[in-house]
Amino acid sequence: MFRDAWNSVSRRRIALVSAVFMFAGPVPARSAGPPVAEYTLANGLELVVIPDHRAPVVTHMIWYKVGAADETAGKSGLAHFLEHLMFKGTAKHPAGQFSAVVAAFGGRENAFTGADYTGYFQRVPSEKLKTVMEFEADRMNGLALTDDDVLRERDVILEEESQRIGNNPRARLGVQIDAALYLNSPYGKPVIGWRHEMAQLTRDDAVGFYRRFYGPNDAVVVVAGDVEPEQAFAFAQETYGKVKRNDNIVPRRRPKEPPPVAARRLTLADSRVEQPIMQRAYLVPSFATAAHGESAALEILAHVVGAGSNSRLYRELVIDRQVAVAASAWYDSLALEMSKFGIYAAPRGGVSLPELEAALDAVLTQVKENGVTDEELERSKNKLVADAVYAHDSQASMARWYGSALTTGATVDDIARWPDRIRAVTGEQVRDAARRWLDLRRSVTGYLVKDDRPPAERHL
Amino acid sequence: MIRPIAAFVAGLAAFIVAPVSAMTIEPIVSPSGIKAWLVREHAVPLIAMSFSFEGGSAQDEPDKSGTAGFVADMLDEGAGDLDGATFRERLERHAIELGFGVTRDYFYGSLRTLREHGEEAFELLGLTLSRPRFDPDAIERVRGQELSELRRELSNPNSLAGRNWWRAAFPNHPYGHDTRGTLESVGRINKDDLRTYGRRVFARNGLVVTVVGDVDPEVAGRLIDRAFGMLPAQNALKPVADATPSALGRRIVIELDVPQAVVTFGGTGIARHDPDFMAAYVVNHILGGGGFTSRLYREVREKRGLVYGISDNLVWLRHAAVVIGSTATRADRTADTLGVIGREIKRMAEYGPTEEELTAAKSYLKGTYALSFDTSSSIASQLTQIQIDKLGIDYIQRRRALIDAVTIADAKRAAKRLYGGELLVTIAGKPTGLAAGGRE
Repeated sequence: MFRDAWNSVSRRRIALVSAVFMFAGPVPARSAGPPVAEYTLANGLELVVIPDHRAPVVTHMIWYKVGAADETAGKSGLAHFLEHLMFKGTAKHPAGQFSAVVAAFGGRENAFTGADYTGYFQRVPSEKLKTVMEFEADRMNGLALTDDDVLRERDVILEEESQRIGNNPRARLGVQIDAALYLNSPYGKPVIGWRHEMAQLTRDDAVGFYRRFYGPNDAVVVVAGDVEPEQAFAFAQETYGKVKRNDNIVPRRRPKEPPPVAARRLTLADSRVEQPIMQRAYLVPSFATAAHGESAALEILAHVVGAGSNSRLYRELVIDRQVAVAASAWYDSLALEMSKFGIYAAPRGGVSLPELEAALDAVLTQVKENGVTDEELERSKNKLVADAVYAHDSQASMARWYGSALTTGATVDDIARWPDRIRAVTGEQVRDAARRWLDLRRSVTGYLVKDDRPPAERHL
Repeated sequence: MIRPIAAFVAGLAAFIVAPVSAMTIEPIVSPSGIKAWLVREHAVPLIAMSFSFEGGSAQDEPDKSGTAGFVADMLDEGAGDLDGATFRERLERHAIELGFGVTRDYFYGSLRTLREHGEEAFELLGLTLSRPRFDPDAIERVRGQELSELRRELSNPNSLAGRNWWRAAFPNHPYGHDTRGTLESVGRINKDDLRTYGRRVFARNGLVVTVVGDVDPEVAGRLIDRAFGMLPAQNALKPVADATPSALGRRIVIELDVPQAVVTFGGTGIARHDPDFMAAYVVNHILGGGGFTSRLYREVREKRGLVYGISDNLVWLRHAAVVIGSTATRADRTADTLGVIGREIKRMAEYGPTEEELTAAKSYLKGTYALSFDTSSSIASQLTQIQIDKLGIDYIQRRRALIDAVTIADAKRAAKRLYGGELLVTIAGKPTGLAAGGRE
């Protein structure tokens, strides 16, 4: 198991979380379980409890409202680096003790970093909930780092960067597209960081970031599983409740994107590319920045245009016109700042990327001009809302969904009303969303092609 | 490529035996005589099913590797009177999820549906298993997708290191063939090959079924018949010979221009029904199992910062058993990394684990079992694997005692068996100071 299973992959992680979001609406009445409970401790820590008594297991997650988008210039990768260092022990518990305790009762743990949040979780037997809360509360302000730990771990994150980005041409393209899409927002940096800056991060950087951003007053604890809400609240008060507020923490204010005015294009040539692809990203509102109903319309639009083999892009490009071997679209709704709507397509042999792009634009033009059919609208709504029931089958998915939503500007009530918002979307709203947001001037189009030059001339 | 599910089952496991063993598994028989296991779960209004047919990619013709995987990719491309688009629309409208996958030994499937659409879901599955259309245009489209993916894998170091390990370990044996095939073999597969594979493999005698969900035995039996009732009674599998990995002691380098070298290492494993299996399973967890506590994780990552991830797993197939691990490291530190891995493996073979490590590993492996039974779909797939491995319907209750019974002497013996021999190592990348080598 790798630590930070979903961290970084830059903004793709948000796509992942977004998938969870789509997967998860509230349960239809007939299967309604105990209601989700919400508490706020005196020191500001938020607690959400999602009861699920099918097995005596809980998923315990702590989400800090800090991520890569909060790093200062020149220190990219610091949020994620600190996430790794949080496993290096505290004054009270030496390195490895927390992991050993979790392992001793068969628990599993991991951590992850995104642009807007950093999270840590354990899945353990219900009766161990308080134990993991104690450890987690302890490392909220008790972290003890040595230079030696920091330097070794810096090598590890550099290897992680190679594994996630360097070894993967498509991930490299994604990094370039984000960097071009965001003119001013910190979302333009890779979550894992730029290598040259990662290599210079120090113990002081990490400790400074920790003191500035970690504390009960920007933490959300999500507990899903076999526990009564009042019991979880009592445990939280006895553990997290003892941690002092961190007065360094201030509301997140990041540089905002200016209105985009120019379509951008880029081509990345990589010697390892055997299958060229194209990707496009449009700057669009997230749930947090959207006007009422707009984010739900974008969810439906992404589903109709590019989710699965019944989607417009797949049907027209892959099945009917046979210019692509793959085509899809997605939308990241969970982000604190302006987010993105993505499109991906891979041409069939013999089809050039410009030809593919023209065919793709024809599909989008159709949607902008004529909207979506009633049948498409209904099918998408049914699918999105029905997937909610499936999500309730997994306590870990539920915990991730609540955590990612609550750290990106949504409330428990927003989550509860997600299916209602999906059901309320009209065909006109979907068409209008396409017209307004799928405007090339808001976009970056990236081509990934093979670099055929001999190695000496590549100057990578 | 879908890895052998065995590898995941190795990661299996229930904390408190209570939850998992409190789960009641009912053996049921459908009206037409198909046996299955059923777990009733009324908390969420859905039905999940997992099933498998004996006969995975090892049944591919040698020059047509990838046939089984091709069939898996074609099963949502239309069946009976429904063309592909209509078939997929029916699935999506009712939020029915069908999934198919292939390992060397098995063809796997999964189904998930809201309870209210159960009849439709199982009927669509039955239709595609018994009357898949394999329309020519769909075949060509799927072939194009598979070739695109295979081309991409040609420059993916993880894929290259893994494929070359299996090729070298099992030459002239179906296990050495690429599960998803090659550019050449997938180019050759035709409609008859797909049909023939389905006819030979999709039969009731090699079938294992688990149903989990909001459904009683009568309804479950009826649904199972809708999916599998029309299949022939007998499969027609080619025999697969027992095998042991070869090329042990060799190091193979696949040159690739990537910043990080991907390393696959492995050797002879221990069969699922070997008396030392559980001891081996525990020892492997101590050396390189998941989590942040294994020796390899500690020595290679924590102490030296050489890699981001490292693990190794037992893989048990029907006709072979291997232990196989992987990691990725900076080109100029590949030799260091291999050195540390080699030393740790040798140390484990010679001295085995400590008492403390053994106690901690047993505690983890007993406790973590429940986490693998956390959704309806995962319960279904875990129970299907228990059926495939012929461990018995009471295995979940017995497992705790099986782990407890592993003594330090057992662990040392198993460690010697697992790690005492030589390893086959494949490296994809540009490792410096390391050449291919070892004896042939």
